[in-house]
Amino acid sequence: MTGNRYKIAIVGGGPGGLSAAAHAARLGVAHILLEGSPAHANTIQRYQKGKHVMAEPGALPLRSDLGFEAGTREAILEAWEQGLAGQQINVRYGAEVIGIQGAAPDFSITLKDGTGVSAEQVILAIGVQGNPRRIGVPGEDLPVVQYTLDDPDEYRDETIVVIGAGDAAIENALALARQNRVLIVNRSDEFNRVKEGNLNLVLKAIEDRRLECAYKASGTCIERTTDGRRYVLALAGDQGESRIECDRIIARIGATPPRRFVESCGIAFPGPDPAALPVLSSRYESSVPGLYVIGALGGYPLIKQAMNQGYEAVEYALGRTIAPADEPLLAAKLKILPFGLGVDDTLALMQAKIPVYSAINPLNFRELILGSRITAPGLGEVIFLKNDYTNSFFSILAGTVEIEVGEERKSRLTLGPGQFFGEMSLLSGRRRSATSWAGAGCVLIEAPRREINRLISSVEGVRRVIDEHFIARAIQTSFAPEASYDDLKAIAASARLRRYKPDEVIFAEGDEADSLHLIRSGSVAVARDIGGRDVVTSYVAAGNYVGEMGLVSRTGRSATVRATVTTETVSLDAATFHQLLQKNPGLRDQVQATVRRRLAENTRMEGQPQSGDLISFLMQQGLGEATDVLLIDETLCIGCDNCERACAETHAGTSRLDREAGPTFAHIHVPTSCRHCEDPHCMTDCPPDAIGRAPNGEVYIRDNCIGCGNCERNCPYGVIQMATAAPEKPGLFNWLLFGAGPGPGQAKDPADQDDRGPKKAVKCDMCRDLGGGPACVRACPTGAAIRISPEKFVQLIHDTTG
Amino acid sequence: MHQSVLAYGRSRYLWVALAVCAAAVAAYALDSPGVPPNGGTGLGYTLGTLGAVLILWLMSFGIRKRAYASRAGTVQGWLSAHVYLGVSLLVVVTLHTGFQVGWNVHTLAYVLLWIVVASGVFGVLVYLRYPRLLSNNRGSQTKDQLLGDLADLDARCLRVTAGMPAEFGEALLANRDRTLLGGTAFALLAGQDRSQILLPATGGATVLYQALPNPDQAALLDWLGHRLAASSDGGLSRQLQELLSLVGARRTLLARLRRDAQLKAWLEVWLYVHVPLSFGLLAALIAHVVSVFIYW
Repeated sequence: MTGNRYKIAIVGGGPGGLSAAAHAARLGVAHILLEGSPAHANTIQRYQKGKHVMAEPGALPLRSDLGFEAGTREAILEAWEQGLAGQQINVRYGAEVIGIQGAAPDFSITLKDGTGVSAEQVILAIGVQGNPRRIGVPGEDLPVVQYTLDDPDEYRDETIVVIGAGDAAIENALALARQNRVLIVNRSDEFNRVKEGNLNLVLKAIEDRRLECAYKASGTCIERTTDGRRYVLALAGDQGESRIECDRIIARIGATPPRRFVESCGIAFPGPDPAALPVLSSRYESSVPGLYVIGALGGYPLIKQAMNQGYEAVEYALGRTIAPADEPLLAAKLKILPFGLGVDDTLALMQAKIPVYSAINPLNFRELILGSRITAPGLGEVIFLKNDYTNSFFSILAGTVEIEVGEERKSRLTLGPGQFFGEMSLLSGRRRSATSWAGAGCVLIEAPRREINRLISSVEGVRRVIDEHFIARAIQTSFAPEASYDDLKAIAASARLRRYKPDEVIFAEGDEADSLHLIRSGSVAVARDIGGRDVVTSYVAAGNYVGEMGLVSRTGRSATVRATVTTETVSLDAATFHQLLQKNPGLRDQVQATVRRRLAENTRMEGQPQSGDLISFLMQQGLGEATDVLLIDETLCIGCDNCERACAETHAGTSRLDREAGPTFAHIHVPTSCRHCEDPHCMTDCPPDAIGRAPNGEVYIRDNCIGCGNCERNCPYGVIQMATAAPEKPGLFNWLLFGAGPGPGQAKDPADQDDRGPKKAVKCDMCRDLGGGPACVRACPTGAAIRISPEKFVQLIHDTTG
Repeated sequence: MHQSVLAYGRSRYLWVALAVCAAAVAAYALDSPGVPPNGGTGLGYTLGTLGAVLILWLMSFGIRKRAYASRAGTVQGWLSAHVYLGVSLLVVVTLHTGFQVGWNVHTLAYVLLWIVVASGVFGVLVYLRYPRLLSNNRGSQTKDQLLGDLADLDARCLRVTAGMPAEFGEALLANRDRTLLGGTAFALLAGQDRSQILLPATGGATVLYQALPNPDQAALLDWLGHRLAASSDGGLSRQLQELLSLVGARRTLLARLRRDAQLKAWLEVWLYVHVPLSFGLLAALIAHVVSVFIYW
């Protein structure tokens, strides 16, 4: 190839792109690696100095012409740097790609500088970080502007302008303000959509004049001062125009997600859901022939996965066949099956046998099975117990499974091959609603929550089938244990799935009672207007229903029901509900008993005006989505901090709870500690899927944590920290008699506190490895600390305010 | 849901302790050793052994409290038993003495026991009462937040004085720097305010400053009040009014901080008696037991 035409063009110089380029170079294929930033592995370059980068998943072998093993950021970048030089990789830095047109074998790639590159095949490895949004004013290309901040302590005695009003901008501005004069430029007249902690800190810093803030202002141009040493940012806003002389401008105004760019290349997505992944073949080929998508953009966020795919994508682009690196892992997993076929054929057969998986593309299915467990439980073996907190999703490959349904009159339901179960807990995050047992010849695929959620958001067919089943089973569990599945299906067809934002009203007092809501996830607060004041009378968790009172009595709504957190309900219209009542004579009694119980509860709560305030308080603390929360009774707490010490001592020296921090109301204190959310925010974006949920509810972090800090950022309650393990402590008597090392409950010696080893995410794990319950509660000498589930809030409130 | 140490497990250790006491009293009443009751009779040895075992077990609470991973009951359960059985020790040991006391190591152990138990009972009372006071006083704020508020008020005071004659700025700075929280153990426990302030002395040609006691910001408020009464400058008066309200808020905040420290001090101070003396008791107990066997 000559000039600007290559066999393979690789877009993105991260791990996937580098590995692809290295392989192309070793094979002697004409290639070019296009990287938008001035250096390779942009994302990893931005990690803090000395950060330990891990190489998960440990079991997956590395297949690349570049080296990679767990180590410091510097060591890894250095290894790649050497690889780049040694392999004679053709790389062009600062080459930001703005368009890819065409299809194999004739792609034309347009760069930001106006030049172009043509290639027969393209490998897209741009990750998901996106490009930072630019200021968009004349002078934005001057070296004074930067879009990231690695180490705020590097700057001292400078005048720095931070543009943006999000969490990143605030955190940067506050950190820089310690040693510099900092102006934060906010386009709006307040800071909204930021974490409450950051909001308080920034407002206080502005009030204390440690930080200047220009509200309702935006930059209009940037130029050099006449002596050329400093720069001037012109600002326009409500207060007129002003010119700020500064040494540095840091723009933190978000990033453009890469999706629009990817779509502009012609790559199809299965749906509008932002979490949806591009449609790919099992050879990473997108809907555009010859355009391959690898790494995080294709749904593989780990470095090793991306590097393997880079290697494999080059092989595929050259028309060769190569078994993916995970082949041996899959083969081992599938050994238990009696089919006697190769991996690909076995996977195809499995997809054919289980209808819910038939709509998935082979690549996603492969990934699903790689993350799943395939088991053959013996006859009568329990698969999960009612009230377990597990949330995996089971499908039956062979044999049968029995599930117990119904509250009072229990009956067993038999499921056969191709059917699935476990979707109730998967979707609601609540406990298992029924016990299940293995039948004869049972072979199961147990898929983890994350993989299924990914499918639900990417594959419309999967979402629809699972939703339909969920609705039918939810109705069956709550109202019609004896109904046949066909009956239920008809009812489910008329039911609607509804989604409410926090604080959104589901129905208001006085409205016509036209439907009943089964709460599928989240929770709601019930409030009544008493003497012109909105008094919260009760809290209803997922798995229960609301709105029955109006339907049974055929009157208007007797109370207002609001979502406390993001809540999903299955709503049944009045006609369907009455039809259900007629078909099931037992149901009427059951619903009436619920109505009576709730009326009694309401009367009791209305007699205690403070109780409603306490419920509101607990809900404001986000406890509406908690499954198990630490509450301290301040009338008993002597402030000895034995809870924190017990936590630190049983968890490698770092306490996962902060007793004193957190709000208090009516002597009930909510310390900063994990509340084990039903749909944990921390789990949303964990690259190695290291966050798990155990049968008794605790959300815990496994050892394959790579320390990326996503969970820490995603937790709205600030209960996750990044920490290194403390050194071993001496025994009690060694300390007592010989003064060896820090004693029980004492912190490690500050001299030893330099960060040894990698930092990993730590949080409350409910002392799952300890037995006997959480150490904080067990170590409380006065009984002030308890851990309770939300079902017990009403009792707590009654005890506290009664 | 939450229950106090005394109510733990439906006060089951209260019943255990009462049973121990009742058994000891009954045995004492029924026993007729033929000599005046004392520690050397059969019952005396039995009660003595029981007492010694109880003391060792009560002291092991300190180990249990620090055995954070222990599965041997909860610390609250242990404390509940510690309290009730600790009090029952008075009955058991008193009966062991046969009401014989003297100036010797045996009686020393007995007296130490009383002091340890009495300090423990005091501790229980404090634990039952003070947390609620502490919580009421603190509101929903932590100590660090209260201190943050204080720093905030100080900064605001200084901002106001920036536009006033220098003496105000100096007075407010001196007030900030000479405000004392805590201090000696006594001041802490009594909630005493030994803060001072430097104020311009009245009279004389040159301005002299004198240090004055300033409990509850009284001297400063008084001085500012006088200045306000004497002021005829509208701008200055407004600034003085603002200062007065800031210093008033500061007084309330300081009182809350001092009260917080005071209550916390009381929650801890009894342990400085209870724990060392229980080790003293252990030493005296060993001396008592050894001497009894040597001089048999």
